[in-house]
Amino acid sequence: MSKETRDHIINYLKNNLRYDGRNNLQYREVTVETNVVKTAEGSARVKLGDTELIAGVKFEVGKPYPDIPEEGTIMVNAELLPMSNPEFESGPPQIQAIELARVVDRGIRESKAIDTKKLCIKAGEQVWTVIIDLIPLNDAGNLFDAAALAAMAALKSAHFPALEGQKIDYKKPTKQKLPLVAEPISVTVLKIGSYFVVDPLLQEEEILDARLTVATLDDGTICALQKGGKLPLSIEEIEQMIDIATDKAKELRKHLR
Amino acid sequence: MDEKLKVNDKDIVCPGEVLADGMDYLPGQGMYRLGNHIIASRLGLIKIEGKVIKIIPLSGKYLPKRGDVIIGKVRDVNFSGWSVETNSAYPAMLSMKDATSDFIRRGADLTRYFDIGDYLVTKIINVTSQNLIDLTMKGPGLRKLEGGRMMRVAPSKVPRIIGKQGSMVSMIKKATNCNIIVGQNGVVWIKGLNPEDELITVETINKIEANSHISGLTERIKEFLESKGRHAVIEVISETQESQYPQDNQDQQGDNDVI
Amino acid sequence: MAQAHRLQKVIMMSYKKRIDGRKFDELREIEAKVGVIKNADGSAYFRIGKTIAYAAVYGPRDLFPKFLQDPEKGLLRTNYNMMPFSGSGERVKPGPSRRSREISYVTEKALSPVVNLEDFPNSVVDVFIELTQTDAGSRCAGICAASMALADAGIIMKDLVAAVSVGSVDGQIVLDLDYDEEAYDKGDVADIPLAMIPSTGQFSLLQMDGKISKENLMKALEMGKKALPKIIEIQRNALKKKFEVMQNE
Repeated sequence: MSKETRDHIINYLKNNLRYDGRNNLQYREVTVETNVVKTAEGSARVKLGDTELIAGVKFEVGKPYPDIPEEGTIMVNAELLPMSNPEFESGPPQIQAIELARVVDRGIRESKAIDTKKLCIKAGEQVWTVIIDLIPLNDAGNLFDAAALAAMAALKSAHFPALEGQKIDYKKPTKQKLPLVAEPISVTVLKIGSYFVVDPLLQEEEILDARLTVATLDDGTICALQKGGKLPLSIEEIEQMIDIATDKAKELRKHLR
Repeated sequence: MDEKLKVNDKDIVCPGEVLADGMDYLPGQGMYRLGNHIIASRLGLIKIEGKVIKIIPLSGKYLPKRGDVIIGKVRDVNFSGWSVETNSAYPAMLSMKDATSDFIRRGADLTRYFDIGDYLVTKIINVTSQNLIDLTMKGPGLRKLEGGRMMRVAPSKVPRIIGKQGSMVSMIKKATNCNIIVGQNGVVWIKGLNPEDELITVETINKIEANSHISGLTERIKEFLESKGRHAVIEVISETQESQYPQDNQDQQGDNDVI
Repeated sequence: MAQAHRLQKVIMMSYKKRIDGRKFDELREIEAKVGVIKNADGSAYFRIGKTIAYAAVYGPRDLFPKFLQDPEKGLLRTNYNMMPFSGSGERVKPGPSRRSREISYVTEKALSPVVNLEDFPNSVVDVFIELTQTDAGSRCAGICAASMALADAGIIMKDLVAAVSVGSVDGQIVLDLDYDEEAYDKGDVADIPLAMIPSTGQFSLLQMDGKISKENLMKALEMGKKALPKIIEIQRNALKKKFEVMQNE
């Protein structure tokens, strides 16, 4: 992008405005719908303005990892479909998809949102694996936050399928829900020039100097951090961005009800 | 009523739909003859002009035409010219000889004139049979754009945004104090004195795009601008007045001529 | 010999009532929308029963790698993919499988007869088909969505293309099989995905899994030919609906 376009965007930010008329710290319209995919054990569709993403939860059974014989496993995967953004290429996951999946994973795993001990069926022999797939339909910026919110909403709405011995009968959902003990919410804060911005548009993502994705619990405990972007951040900036993220998380959390 | 004609003015048609039977009607672009029928080959709005059936495209990329003034983005520079993105299906080239009235030495660094990422107000001099577009920067109003912001509109809405002899875009410019250039390819450049003015311009153009079918639109837009605290005047531009906008040399849309 | 024949007749035609209660020639509920993916040049959503397909079209646009470019005609590149959570049971491992590659291939063959490739030489029209949920008939739903998305993108096409599965379950000819019918284990099943170009009545997709007599096959194809115009009508309405606001006044 040319320097002039970047300067033009920064001039807007100076006036606390974005190209779509929002303020710097304002989210686009957020909608969260659950149970949108009948073939998944849990699912959610999140829209942040024109950004649209589906998260699906599938269960599998298998042997536990030998070092944690009484715990089930969680896996998070993201597919950046070429359908959702002409810049995405077909093929195996690129680093963008891997980073997205791992950041969402960290928020869920480190907050111990899912009590993995409760995923144990028979210690050392059989445990549940919970797999979350994050699939954008349209990328208009801020897939990080859309994905994390969709993952949480999908987990909250998920039900265990029936287990008959070693085999899962996916056609028989049970009434049993996933044992969730925490609800991490992710907010990505961008630094562009000397301004902080949330819920970025694509052009803003293109010109970002740095970004910080912060996952927080409802009591303000931070459970995941990821810095991205080419330029470094000072301690003061990090603190400011964490404060912004914690504040914004409160708004997003309302959509999980 | 003519039973040979199967559609009415302002009908929306899909590919495969029969528009007319027999040889009475002349097929325009976006349709083909199959046996006794004229059949639509694209999604669009029907316009009947005497014995000619036309389909106005409602979606899809810009269809380049000679003489159109468009806003293109420089994609690549090589030793003989620039490759330009035009929001159409075809590649466009601006060659050295058409770039400027200055003499450019062979082997000169062309990025000094236009570099990758630059936006240009440029004119189509030719669309070859191979669907290659030739551009020129030599002409009134053609130049590299500095600053400002871009927005995209459907190419079919461009005439409505410009208005009859530029009356609509002219009204918006004066009301918002913004420089506005509307490319025939649906790329619009806006540069104002401050972000608020630009945002109102963007909102206004979005409104025109969404309501292009309504007659009396100019009046509605005037009211909208006034509701935003801007002073808007609908100018009646006389036929003899020379238009300063290169794009006025094409077919424009007035209020009675709705898409 | 005659008794064996009579016995066989009794065994056949024992699929008297469809598992979901539909009539033998009844389609599942269809929902179609156009313009659902903003970034794309054209897009559509097509749901038939519980099978949901999205299609997005980008193009005509530059074709890379360059050696694929053809100065005489453009390339129609189709990619069919199932989202990991869209399978009827287990999770579908992400990435292309032999099955999805074959479906991409036959889908392209189903659509290309109506697209004028000479209109965009050296360029590509990319069609992405993604299934969010499947209950049989996914490649047909994909073709229906793709055809609307191509029209939405303003691609010049001779016609739309509609697709549906026909077949037989235990000797009974049926339209639009769902997963339970495909998996019916009490008798022979034939699952026949079909795509048709309405203006010519010709089929551009024809495949079959299973067993069927020639007589039943011809009857099944006729059943499909009769039902497909209903789907075309739904596709046309969805396309027009996107722009119908133009028609007021």
